[in-house]
Amino acid sequence: MSAIPLGSERIHRVPTPEGVSLPFVVAATGDRAAAFLIDLIFIVACTIAVSLLAAVGEFMGLKGIGISFALLVGFLLWNFYFIHFEIRWGGVTPGKRKLGVRVISRDGGPLTAEAVFARNLMRNLELNLPLAALLAPQALLPEAPGWGRLLALGWLMVFALMPFFNQDRLRCGDLVAGTLVVKVPKAVLLSDLADRAAVRPSAPPRRAGVAVPPPPPTPAEEFPFTREQVDIYGIHELQVLEDLLRRDDQGTLGGRVLEEVCDKIKVKIGWPAERWQVPVRPFLQAFYRAQRAALEQRMLFGQRRERKRK
Amino acid sequence: MNAPAFTLKSAQFRREREEAWRELELLLERVESKGLRDLTAAELNRLPVLYRGAASSLSVATAISLDKNLLDYLTALVSRAYICVYGAKRRPQDAIAEFFRHDFPAVVRRYAAFIALSFGLVALGVLAGYRMTAADPERYYSFVSEDRAEGRNPAASTKELRDVLYSRGEGELSIFATFLFTHNSKVGMLCFALGFAAGVPVVFLLLYTGLELGAMAALYASRGLGPELWAWLLPHGVTEIGALCLCGAAGMVLGRAVVFPGRHTRLRNLALQGREVALLAVGAVVMFLVAGAIEGVFRQLVQDVGVRWSLAAVTLVFWAWYFLTVGRSRERDPAR
Repeated sequence: MSAIPLGSERIHRVPTPEGVSLPFVVAATGDRAAAFLIDLIFIVACTIAVSLLAAVGEFMGLKGIGISFALLVGFLLWNFYFIHFEIRWGGVTPGKRKLGVRVISRDGGPLTAEAVFARNLMRNLELNLPLAALLAPQALLPEAPGWGRLLALGWLMVFALMPFFNQDRLRCGDLVAGTLVVKVPKAVLLSDLADRAAVRPSAPPRRAGVAVPPPPPTPAEEFPFTREQVDIYGIHELQVLEDLLRRDDQGTLGGRVLEEVCDKIKVKIGWPAERWQVPVRPFLQAFYRAQRAALEQRMLFGQRRERKRK
Repeated sequence: MNAPAFTLKSAQFRREREEAWRELELLLERVESKGLRDLTAAELNRLPVLYRGAASSLSVATAISLDKNLLDYLTALVSRAYICVYGAKRRPQDAIAEFFRHDFPAVVRRYAAFIALSFGLVALGVLAGYRMTAADPERYYSFVSEDRAEGRNPAASTKELRDVLYSRGEGELSIFATFLFTHNSKVGMLCFALGFAAGVPVVFLLLYTGLELGAMAALYASRGLGPELWAWLLPHGVTEIGALCLCGAAGMVLGRAVVFPGRHTRLRNLALQGREVALLAVGAVVMFLVAGAIEGVFRQLVQDVGVRWSLAAVTLVFWAWYFLTVGRSRERDPAR
């Protein structure tokens, strides 16, 4: 999870009944297509399996019951597979679960069965008809001239490609049902970085005959920053620093990035030259804590400073 | 670990509430992988409490904390909990019972005008098809396509036409009934979906169905088989045409929502009406199921014209009773 927002993701805010507005990330078209494909493969596989079973059954002398069973199961699969799962699992089908996407209600209420019906009944228009028009145009409009078929195809394609024409990537079914497909949010709560600067490093082992040394200072005590020094940066810089420290924790930060950042900060805040050589991580941890304390205090007084001073 | 010299307000805030967040997270993980049924009654009661707690934590955190990871975590946690708490929660059997006892007839009553309009369109088609075919039998060929006619055309002898009405059908009845049901349901659902295309194809589809029917009626009437045709058609036709009219009405309501959004924005209006009229389409699928059973089984087994007429009357009375009365008491007394 990056602290720097990725510009490509579209956020849709959903107002909850509790009055909190939740930012949901709109699912990528590719993810949705892949989820749909998985479901489709499942449906096709089931249809084939049931047809084979029915054929075997007829061979054994079922007298039509097998065929009508296969017809019925095929119909239910093709028309009610999505409806069934989205109602039972609350907006998820097996394919959607695999890809980590989910249907929610756009206006913040519960996802109702009506909405699930509405969004899935529209698949006839979005998928079946355009496919029929593409693959077998003569069956769809038997008497129309060529240009008429082309016109109809164009019109149907508008419905099929609807998700590409709007920001929230709504398909016709989503429009009619007032739903939205979002990424299932995932985030892990990591330890609070501000606590780290308050941790006292372990004392060196005691030796006999030597007076008890004073306990080593915590990073926060070792690097006291003045009001002026922490007043320079804003929230954006604080969160970039947080991101860097966390990536350093995970070992995904390459090279000497931390050292360079540390030097830049020291220059910017006018760190005394006689103490120039500092251990990088404790210094940055202490600076993060002092900086956050200062900015959070300002925020309590109603001042949010987003960026550093020019 | 020694106590820090001074504590950040946001760090202290986190320390006090973290336990409840972790508890919620564990519950959510179980619900997401195994469903709500995995929770005990006590845990189920705890879920909304924890959700509201987390939602309030998120509000406070956005006001006092600058810890990006904490804010991201809380946002994701509350979003996941929101999905769980506000997911579709009714048991399917309850939802189905509620649908037949109240929702379906209620929505039919609400859109009675549109259903009457669809019926009017079908009736108009029947009338036009009948008059035009009666005037010139050759027109029959332009109203009824060859594969639909199955040999029933002006060139056929009266005996052939009559035989269709009393044939027991070839092959197994169950296949025939299932085929009819699935085919008609697909047409009905398509009718609903086509409404999105501004409703125009729906009007066309309804009129066309009427024309076909009217042409067929004219052909049979010209051989003196009119009443027998209707006795053959109406036992299932009452239900089937009714269902088609419901789907047509649903399509037209959608079409109206697209073209005339009214007070709301177009998007919001579509969502509001789309959900309601989807119920019409779903109810119509059930009606098609009934019609398919009547057509595929009953009609093939019963040859007597009198019995056929009485079944048509029974279905008509049944649907009228169902749509006009069921679920009304609740509308008058919303407290129930």
